Amino acid sequence: MTQHAQQSESRHEIALTVNGVERRATVPARRLLSDCLRHDLGLTGTHVGCEHGVCGACTVLVGGVPMRSCLLLAVGMDGEQITTVEGLAGPDGELSPVQQGFADCHGLQCGFCTPGFLTTITAGLAEQPDPTAEQARELISGNLCRCTGYQNIVAAVLRAAELGREREGRQ
Amino acid sequence: MKPPAFSYSRPDTLDEALRLLAEFGSDAKVLAGGQSLLPLLSMRLIAPARLVDINRLTELAYVRSGPDGVRVGALARHAAVERDAPARATQPLLGEAVGLVAHPSIRNRGTSVGSLVHADPSAELPAVLCLLAGSVTLASATGRRTVPAADFYLGPLESAVRPAELAVEAVFPALATSAGTAVLEVSRRHGDYAVCGVAVLVELDADLRIAGARAGYLSVSATPLLLDLTGPIRGRAFDADLSGAAALARASVDPEADIHASAAYRRQLTGVLTGRALRIAAHRAAGAAREAAAA
Repeated sequence: MTQHAQQSESRHEIALTVNGVERRATVPARRLLSDCLRHDLGLTGTHVGCEHGVCGACTVLVGGVPMRSCLLLAVGMDGEQITTVEGLAGPDGELSPVQQGFADCHGLQCGFCTPGFLTTITAGLAEQPDPTAEQARELISGNLCRCTGYQNIVAAVLRAAELGREREGRQ
Repeated sequence: MKPPAFSYSRPDTLDEALRLLAEFGSDAKVLAGGQSLLPLLSMRLIAPARLVDINRLTELAYVRSGPDGVRVGALARHAAVERDAPARATQPLLGEAVGLVAHPSIRNRGTSVGSLVHADPSAELPAVLCLLAGSVTLASATGRRTVPAADFYLGPLESAVRPAELAVEAVFPALATSAGTAVLEVSRRHGDYAVCGVAVLVELDADLRIAGARAGYLSVSATPLLLDLTGPIRGRAFDADLSGAAALARASVDPEADIHASAAYRRQLTGVLTGRALRIAAHRAAGAAREAAAA
């Protein structure tokens, strides 16, 4: 990095929709989406673990599709629809089926990795509402958890699927 | 773990992108999916002065299948390639190999052409492109050239793409009716880079005997290694013992040791995975040939 680049680092205006709310930020090109969410927009629910795409903790939904927010530049997200863990509960605070599944099955202990699991599983169940245990494992294979262990998380995925179908039936 | 400063352009058209790449030359780096580039930036292993983001060039987000093969545009995400039914029918190896690339959320953003250009010796797609004798088309402000896979990989993380060039398309040739493919790998954890991996292509004659067997390897050489394994098994029935070819593969590789695996373990895996993949591919080829005969 040159001295020149440090001094003249230009900033970019971006507008993105986060959890249904239009947000604006002014960011240098190198700002990661994960840092933009946390520092520029104050949404600290997105957790930053490894910062090179391995752990999955920072996973958010871009246009409904799970992606690592540490592997996206905020400047490139101009115009995108982002869902973070803060956007999963209902407007009245009712836990989403995935969140409820985690609560029911003890799917978290320290909770650091949980936001990435919740977003990943939310998108996964939208695509496959009735996964087998094997499919649930495949779904979470890109997310690392270091304390809960995966058994309860797999159980939480299956419970979330069950809750989702129940809620679907109620409507 | 934050990227160094760089300036940034997000062109709306291919012409504009090529003009920018011509203007900045070796100072510029192309950003497509960024699933390999962003870690390199964050770990400060590279520090380009400028990124040219091609994510608005949506005309390059295609997967097109025809009699000659599957054409993959520069902005086609791995996930789109993996799920493309015509591509699976035209060249099943492509989708099967893409499914082994990292994890789904990486595949949702990363591009297949980007993976080819990144030229990681542990990546699946370069080995597949070499095995199938595919090609990559490079565009610049002054024209286009198509580079055969055999000439595309120069070294680890080094491809034939020159400054001011953009890889716009890769072609993965179609599978012949009398042929079968398979890809297998072993990694320390699901979705990690493979410790050893192999893609194979088996061709059968009219009597379902081995007419050709080739393999492309990842993680055992600096650039994708191609081996012709036909010699020891030519003329054998598709379901015969093919271990001679696996032994030849094992004797032909000279892998390096690293913290993930010793050289001896990689050589052992080369033989075992080659044997397994050849059996799968040979049975698939026989199945396809019988289906074609019945139709």
